[in-house]
Amino acid sequence: MSYALRTSLLIGPLLLFLGVCYFLPFLGIVGWSVTLPEPGLTQYHSALSDPLVHSVVLRTLRICLAVTLVSVVAAYVIALVWVRGTPIQRLLVELCILIPFWISVLTRAFGWLALLSNRGLINEWLQAIGIISAPLTLVRNEFGVIVGMAHFLIPFAVFPLAAAMRNVDERALLAARGMGARRSRVFWQVFVPMTGPGIIGAALIVFVFALGFFVTPAILGGGRSVMLAELIYLRIFQSPNWGLAAAISVLLMTGVGMFLVALLKSIAPRTDR
Amino acid sequence: MTQRLSHIAVIGAAFVGLFLLMPLIAVIPVSFTPKRFLSLPDGALSLRHYKTLVETPQWWEATVLSVQIALFSGLLATALALAFSLGIWMLRPRFAGLLIGLALLPMVAPPVVSALTLYFFLVSAGKLNALIGYDSWLGVVLAHTVMVVPFAVVLISVSLAQVDRRIDLAARAMGAGLARRINSVLLPNIRFGVLTAFFLSFVLSWEEIGVTIFITSVNVVTLPRLMWMGLRDNIDPAIAAVSVVLICIVVMVILTRALILAMGNRRRKKT
Repeated sequence: MSYALRTSLLIGPLLLFLGVCYFLPFLGIVGWSVTLPEPGLTQYHSALSDPLVHSVVLRTLRICLAVTLVSVVAAYVIALVWVRGTPIQRLLVELCILIPFWISVLTRAFGWLALLSNRGLINEWLQAIGIISAPLTLVRNEFGVIVGMAHFLIPFAVFPLAAAMRNVDERALLAARGMGARRSRVFWQVFVPMTGPGIIGAALIVFVFALGFFVTPAILGGGRSVMLAELIYLRIFQSPNWGLAAAISVLLMTGVGMFLVALLKSIAPRTDR
Repeated sequence: MTQRLSHIAVIGAAFVGLFLLMPLIAVIPVSFTPKRFLSLPDGALSLRHYKTLVETPQWWEATVLSVQIALFSGLLATALALAFSLGIWMLRPRFAGLLIGLALLPMVAPPVVSALTLYFFLVSAGKLNALIGYDSWLGVVLAHTVMVVPFAVVLISVSLAQVDRRIDLAARAMGAGLARRINSVLLPNIRFGVLTAFFLSFVLSWEEIGVTIFITSVNVVTLPRLMWMGLRDNIDPAIAAVSVVLICIVVMVILTRALILAMGNRRRKKT
C-alpha cells in the first residue's frame, strides 16, 4: 500500500464519521426546508415575510448587538488587568475568568434566576433596604437574557483580546510617552487602536455565538423573549412546522457562514505581517 | 512597565470579576432554603435539598449515565481526532486547510443548527436500526462525539505543530514504519495534548445540553437534561444543591491546578 493511501486511512475515519452523522443530515435539513409541507421555496418566502419571524429576527439581532457591546467592553477591561496587572491582580482575574468558564451553562443561568427573579436576592435586598417597594422585573424579559448571555460570552471575548494585548509592542507606548503624550492619550490613541483586530475578532466571535444561542435565552427569557434558536425548537417540538424550522436553520447557517468569512478576513492581514 | 494601569481599569475589572462570580455565589444561600420553591432561607437553614439529591435515585442515575456517555464520547472523539490530526500532519495534503475546516464545522456552526441536524440524523437512523435513534444511549454518544470532536482536533493539532519534524524524519530515515513512527516517536511527544483533548471532550460531553434537549426525551436523561427539566417547569431548589456541588468540584480542580503551578514555579526559582 502506498504511503499516501495509508495516511489517508488515518484522515478518513473522522471525515466519514462527520459525513454520516453531520454533513449528510444537514443536507437532509436543506431537503426538509424545500419539501415540507410541499416542494418549493414557500418556507423561505414565509421565513422572510412572516411578521412573527420578523419580530423574532429583529429581537435576536437587537439582543445579540447589546450582548456583543456589553461583553466586549467588560472583557476589554478585565483582559487589560489580566495582561498588565500586578501578579496578585492577574491571579484573581484569572480565577474570575476560569471558574465561570468551566461551569455548566445551566448552573450559570440558574444563578442568574436566583439573583434576578422576583423573590431573588437582588429584589429581596433592595426591598429590605427600602429602595423599592415592589419587586423589579429583572428576568423573563430581554434584560435578563442580555445579562445571562453576556455572562456566558465574556470569557470567550477575553481570550482574543488578551492575545491582542500581549502582542502590543511596548516600544510604541514608550515612544508615545517620550513624545509627551499623557497616559490616557497613550491608552486611547495608541494602545486601543493597536488592539483593534483583537476587538473586531472578539466582537465577531461573541456575535456569532450569540446568534445561535438556545439554553440561556430559553431559561432567562421564560418563553417571552423568544430568539431565533428557541423559535426553531418551538417549530420542531411544540407547534410543528418542520419546513419552516429547517428554512430558518439554513438561513441562520448561511448568515453565520458569512460572518465567519468576515472573521477570517479580519484575522488574515495579521498573519501577512 | 511604562504604562501602569489606571485605578479606573482596576476598579472596572473588579466590577466585571464580581459580575462573573455573582451568580455562582448566589446559588449557595438558595440551596439551603427550607422551602420547596426558589427562595432565600429566612432564618432557618435546611439540608433538605441536598438530602433529596442523595435519596432520589433519579439524580444518581442521571449522574452515572452522564459519566458513561462522557467517557464513551470522549474516547471516541479523542481517537478520531488523533488519527485525523496525525494523518494531516504526516501527509500534509493539498487541501489540509479545507479538511480541517470541515472537521471544525460543528464547533463554529450555530448550536441550534447542529442540534436540528443531529435530530434529523437520529430520527432517520432510528428508522433503519434499533440501536441508534432518537432518545437512545448510543445516539447521544454519537451526537456528543460530533459536537466535541472539533475541540479535540484543535488541541491535538496544536500539540503536533510543536513537534520537531526532524525527529520524525530521522525515524523515517532509519527505516521506521508508519506504526512505529506514530507509537514510538509522535505519541510520546504529544501525550500531554492527547490527554488534554480527552479531558476537554469528557467535560464538554458531561455538560452538553443544547443538542441533548433536541435528541432525548424520557429514556436517556443525562444530568444536564434533568437539571433542564427542573429549571423549565417549576424551579426546583434541588437544582441549587446540584449546582453548589458542581461549582465546588470546578473550584477545587482549578485551585489545585493553580497551587501545583505555583509550587512548580517556586521550585524552579530555587534551583
